[in-house]
Amino acid sequence: MSFKVIHYINQFYAGIGGEEKADYTPEIREGVVGPGMAFKGAFKGEAEIVATVICGDSYFASNMDKAAADILEMMRKYQPDAFIAGPAFNAGRYGTACGAMCAAVSKEFGIPVISGMYPENPGVEMYKKSAWIIETPDSAVGMRKAVPAMAKLALKLMKGEAIGKPETEGYIERGIRKNMFYEKLAAERCVDMFVSKLKGETFETEYKMPVFDRVDPQPAVKDMAHATIALVTSGGICPKGNPDHIEASSASKFGEYDITGVTDLTGETYCTAHGGYDATYADQDADRVLPVDVLRDLEREGVIGKLHNKFYATVGNGTSVANAKKFGAEIVNRLVNDGVTAVILTST
Amino acid sequence: MVKEIERKLPVVHMCTIVPISQTVGANRIVPTIAIPHPFGDPSKTPDEEKAIRRSLVERGLKALQTEVTGQTVFTE
Amino acid sequence: MRLELHRLNVKSLKFSDKTGFADGTLSVNKAELLSLIAEDPLLGKNLDVDIAMPGEKVRVMPVKDVIEPRWKIEGSGQVFPGMLSDVETVGEGKTLVLTGCAVLTAGKLVRFQEGIIDMSGPGADYTPYSKTCNVVLVLEPSDPNMDKHDYEKACRMAGLKAAAYLAKSCAEVKADTVDVYEQANIREGMNSFPELPKVGYLYMLQTQGLLHDTYLYGVDVKRILPTIISPLEVMDGAIVSGNCVSACDKNSTYSHQNNPVIADMLKRHGKDFNFVACIVTNENVTLADKRRSSSYATKLAAMLGLDGLVITEEGFGNPDADLIMNCWKAERLGIKTALLTDEYAGQDGASQSLADSCPEGNACVTAGNANEVIHLPAMEKVIGYAEEANVIAGGWNGSLADDGSITVELQAITGATSELGYTRLGAYTL
Repeated sequence: MSFKVIHYINQFYAGIGGEEKADYTPEIREGVVGPGMAFKGAFKGEAEIVATVICGDSYFASNMDKAAADILEMMRKYQPDAFIAGPAFNAGRYGTACGAMCAAVSKEFGIPVISGMYPENPGVEMYKKSAWIIETPDSAVGMRKAVPAMAKLALKLMKGEAIGKPETEGYIERGIRKNMFYEKLAAERCVDMFVSKLKGETFETEYKMPVFDRVDPQPAVKDMAHATIALVTSGGICPKGNPDHIEASSASKFGEYDITGVTDLTGETYCTAHGGYDATYADQDADRVLPVDVLRDLEREGVIGKLHNKFYATVGNGTSVANAKKFGAEIVNRLVNDGVTAVILTST
Repeated sequence: MVKEIERKLPVVHMCTIVPISQTVGANRIVPTIAIPHPFGDPSKTPDEEKAIRRSLVERGLKALQTEVTGQTVFTE
Repeated sequence: MRLELHRLNVKSLKFSDKTGFADGTLSVNKAELLSLIAEDPLLGKNLDVDIAMPGEKVRVMPVKDVIEPRWKIEGSGQVFPGMLSDVETVGEGKTLVLTGCAVLTAGKLVRFQEGIIDMSGPGADYTPYSKTCNVVLVLEPSDPNMDKHDYEKACRMAGLKAAAYLAKSCAEVKADTVDVYEQANIREGMNSFPELPKVGYLYMLQTQGLLHDTYLYGVDVKRILPTIISPLEVMDGAIVSGNCVSACDKNSTYSHQNNPVIADMLKRHGKDFNFVACIVTNENVTLADKRRSSSYATKLAAMLGLDGLVITEEGFGNPDADLIMNCWKAERLGIKTALLTDEYAGQDGASQSLADSCPEGNACVTAGNANEVIHLPAMEKVIGYAEEANVIAGGWNGSLADDGSITVELQAITGATSELGYTRLGAYTL
């Protein structure tokens, strides 16, 4: 039995028309259309394109959510084993649509998703973490090179085979770290690299140091005496017993805790869920991590308008940047809705 | 987390390991005492500890009331 | 300095009425060992000793430390100086090693920061201690409300005592193999191999409190300034672990005794470089300490005129700041560095792996992404407490399934992403 693949192409590759037909609404056709023929050859009978989705680039770009949802519904009955989009070469809207559909299909069906694009296609930067994108030349002249590479990768993924490095498989680096067992101990690899560096030979680091992005600062708080200040912490402070089961490391969630009427965090009522530091001191007196007592004093004295009646806590220990980002975005939305003026974020 | 908050509200990051905060990209940073007790010092009496905590929080409020154009560490 | 490691190659374990070694089998007098560890009033009444062998369908958890049984049979001092024995300098003479054997301290959790060791199945591939014949101490505190620091210490000492006891009981047996290590003093070292670069090893130790501490000759390392140590002292247990928080990347006492970076650097000494010195440093909880220690450690390297440093981190998160400071401070002193760390890139591997970074860190080896998730099928026997999977670092509420299987991040597996580089695991970018 061969694998079932669904192929996504735009109106142009379907032979419907160019820019004048770019508002073509999505449809699905049984079997192969356009470049699907080339994939059929490249699969050599191991996989079969059971259906082809066709959608106009402009239609997709202006109706992304609806188009993606409609297409997912059309695909459902085919129970595909993989999804191939494009290749889109350097066509921006087409690349974006391919990437967006790959992301949606991966999320909905959990199957391998493969596209092909020129590295400068904006779809690459947007979707390289969501999809396998084979590097292609900038125009359809590269079809003969792109299709076999995409087909080969798709087959490997469907068979559950291990995927090698970007340069050996031909895909654009996704920025996803994957574990593997090497031949040598990490200690030996490190001393090898050390010797190469000492000798001035070329060597390849196993991890390129990250570069972090920046956000512009918000304007200062003008009127502190009437401001509402909220406390947020990555130090894991929570009511004793950790009712939300926030993980000791690699947190998957944050907690929202009401402190209406609470003037002091005591060892009887609060603790830390954080597994990355000596918890003795925070368990004795959580104000040492989240200074509720002092802020209550300042509130009473009129230095600040008020302390927000909820605090937010998660565990920073081993928690991915992606999760931390997600928590931050959701917390700040809630704080804005509650009319908070500014935030004190404490970390351990 | 700090950057996502900063997209919508002014935020001061109060933490001990300032270099990480700087690398990650916080704008208003106030250094605190130690990782397991950023706002405390268990070697002090409870009253002394609270006084230290208060001065740190006041520094945090001062940071929030100060206009900054880039990363700024408030040490006093 | 000259140290001989007299190795008895342990291939099997059995309980017997006399502790000793013959024909590859270590016999253990369970009652004698139990009474030895029960001497500590901090430990409870329900102590046990069990055996976990490679390939068995056995899971041990939560594991606090792993210790290799060693005993000095000649030369000054005794193993685990300042902890178990007097503070005299070690690293010279002859030390008996029960190679292939380890003592595991397990039992009642100190505080959700301990690890899992599977002796077979997929989890076994990730921990070095699935390949050792393990004598497992199942411990509990005498008082359930005991101060956690006291209980941690009691567990730590029980492991050291047991390891020393096992090796001491075999002291009369002739070694299967003898490894000889010689370390020149710094003056002689400096003068040898003039054509080769002079290099050192900067050995970072986790020093952040309960379950985060390390000891050097019995001294809590958070209280030291960086200092110089001979690799041979490390082999005699001069460095002892008191930490296992996120057990994947905390250096067990076993991995200190068998530090693979030291082993490899000694092997290449005189060929690729001149390995002059080993510098130990800490990873403390205040910024001033981090700045002081990184400046001091790299200053020592500069005073020694080193051309290069291999730097190993212990832990992740804030210690990344120590690693990065050590790296750029050394590089700006003209000392080339290679770094050994591990990664926390999220379960999907899509996030940044380190909490801090610097452009000088251009030679970096990692022992893998500790956030990667693994499914550990049920075992026939669990030594310890399986339910702790729901609370240990790397687990979550629901990690332990009804069928006894466990789904956790690799960080819950003891030694899985050892930053001393004791495993073959690594990562690459898709």
